[in-house]
Amino acid sequence: MTDMLSDNVTETHADLFSKFDPLIQMRENLLASGVEDPFGLVMERVLSPTVAMCNGRETILLGTYNYMGMTFDPDVIEAGKQALDDFGSGTTGSRVLNGTYAGHKAVEEALCDFYGMDHAMVFSTGYQANLGIISTIAGKGDYIVLDIDSHASIWDGCKMGDAEVVPFKHNDIEAMEKRLRRIPEGAGKLVVLEGVYSMLGDIAPLKEMIAVAKKYGAMVLVDEAHSMGFIGPNGRGVAEDQDCLADVDFVIGTFSKSVGTVGGFCVSNHPKFEIMRLVCRPYVFTASLPPSVVATACTSIRKLMNAGEKRAHLWENSRTLHKGLRDAGFELGTDEPQSAIISVIMPDLERGAAMWEALLHEGLYVNLARPPATPANMTLLRCSLCAEHSAEQVEQIIGMFTRAGTTVGII
Amino acid sequence: MDREETSARIAALIDPFNKKGVEITDATRFTDDLEFDSLTVMDFVAAIEDEFDIIISMNQQAEIENYGQLVDAVVKLQG
Repeated sequence: MTDMLSDNVTETHADLFSKFDPLIQMRENLLASGVEDPFGLVMERVLSPTVAMCNGRETILLGTYNYMGMTFDPDVIEAGKQALDDFGSGTTGSRVLNGTYAGHKAVEEALCDFYGMDHAMVFSTGYQANLGIISTIAGKGDYIVLDIDSHASIWDGCKMGDAEVVPFKHNDIEAMEKRLRRIPEGAGKLVVLEGVYSMLGDIAPLKEMIAVAKKYGAMVLVDEAHSMGFIGPNGRGVAEDQDCLADVDFVIGTFSKSVGTVGGFCVSNHPKFEIMRLVCRPYVFTASLPPSVVATACTSIRKLMNAGEKRAHLWENSRTLHKGLRDAGFELGTDEPQSAIISVIMPDLERGAAMWEALLHEGLYVNLARPPATPANMTLLRCSLCAEHSAEQVEQIIGMFTRAGTTVGII
Repeated sequence: MDREETSARIAALIDPFNKKGVEITDATRFTDDLEFDSLTVMDFVAAIEDEFDIIISMNQQAEIENYGQLVDAVVKLQG
């Protein structure tokens, strides 16, 4: 018997991991140059929304998307502790079975109130919200028209569904219109846009783009992950700021940025929206968020409705950092600060990694972003500001960048 | 538009993207022979879409590896 089996096994073993060899090599080359691993940082202790201990150093956090600094808000923490005591550590179940607790309904109500919309559906992550909604609503024979710089979760949602996927050049209204015009008559159309694009921190001309999408009878989905809480008069995002939120069919958002915990959501006024809870697989076939998470999210969202002063301070921080870095001689992703993300363009990956490490030694953490996540194969140091960064910290940050940039030879 | 005419128009469009002056035949592969990266693909596809007023969706692009397949696809998409 053993002999028969071994006789059949004649093919040479193909290592499924050999496809990763170029990336493994690239990483080895980078680390061989002696830099700290930019993708292996451990925060040993977190002291506040803006300061942590990293590799034994006290480090200012400037790459966390913790825009509104809600992670250590006393009311938020208290709500989480209470929910742990009252409801336990987890739901162990799907939202459509045993995983909907009072807290899940409460946070969905908070979202309806926050956005002034009829329906809200909470997913276990923001990634799953895009994955689920896009793959479910655009089916075979439908067309998805999307910006080429869309987030990975949007692309993966497209790939998971059966619709025809048609990208257009970043923020190019004419390119989008041409594609909409060429879609066969009668086909369903979904236009997917983002309020803030997180790589360069630039915003979309949503008002013009949504008007074009509506002219061609398309439904519109806008991912407002990087704008919730501080862009727009009520912090509803770029669409609210540009006075076109009423024309957005689906807003996708996340709890893992301004809200300060984890989770994702979709809000909508579509009259049939509730059916999504039964047909959207990334919603159905996964466990719901723990009670403590939805309790912290709910408290945070309700506090964000009245966070005018924090918003104003965050914008002040964004303007100060943008001007300071530009005056120091850095090349930035946008001419003017458009969001709480200030993206610093590096000449190449080697000097980007060297600069990232020099900043870490200065006591500053930023995100290193490299291809293929970046547009036009750029290497970026992305800075995301927090409403809890003090004016002094922002000045400190500019000083750190200037010293590190001089050491590495970028400015 | 017949295959020959379509091919001639695509050949003219490919020129600015053919940096190394690779000779184009039906068997020429975009990634392996012309060394197109994802950004070049996007610009090249947009140029063809505009020239013929068609959509070549990502789903269709995934099936196109060489020049001959592209010409066939464009002929078909023009209906």
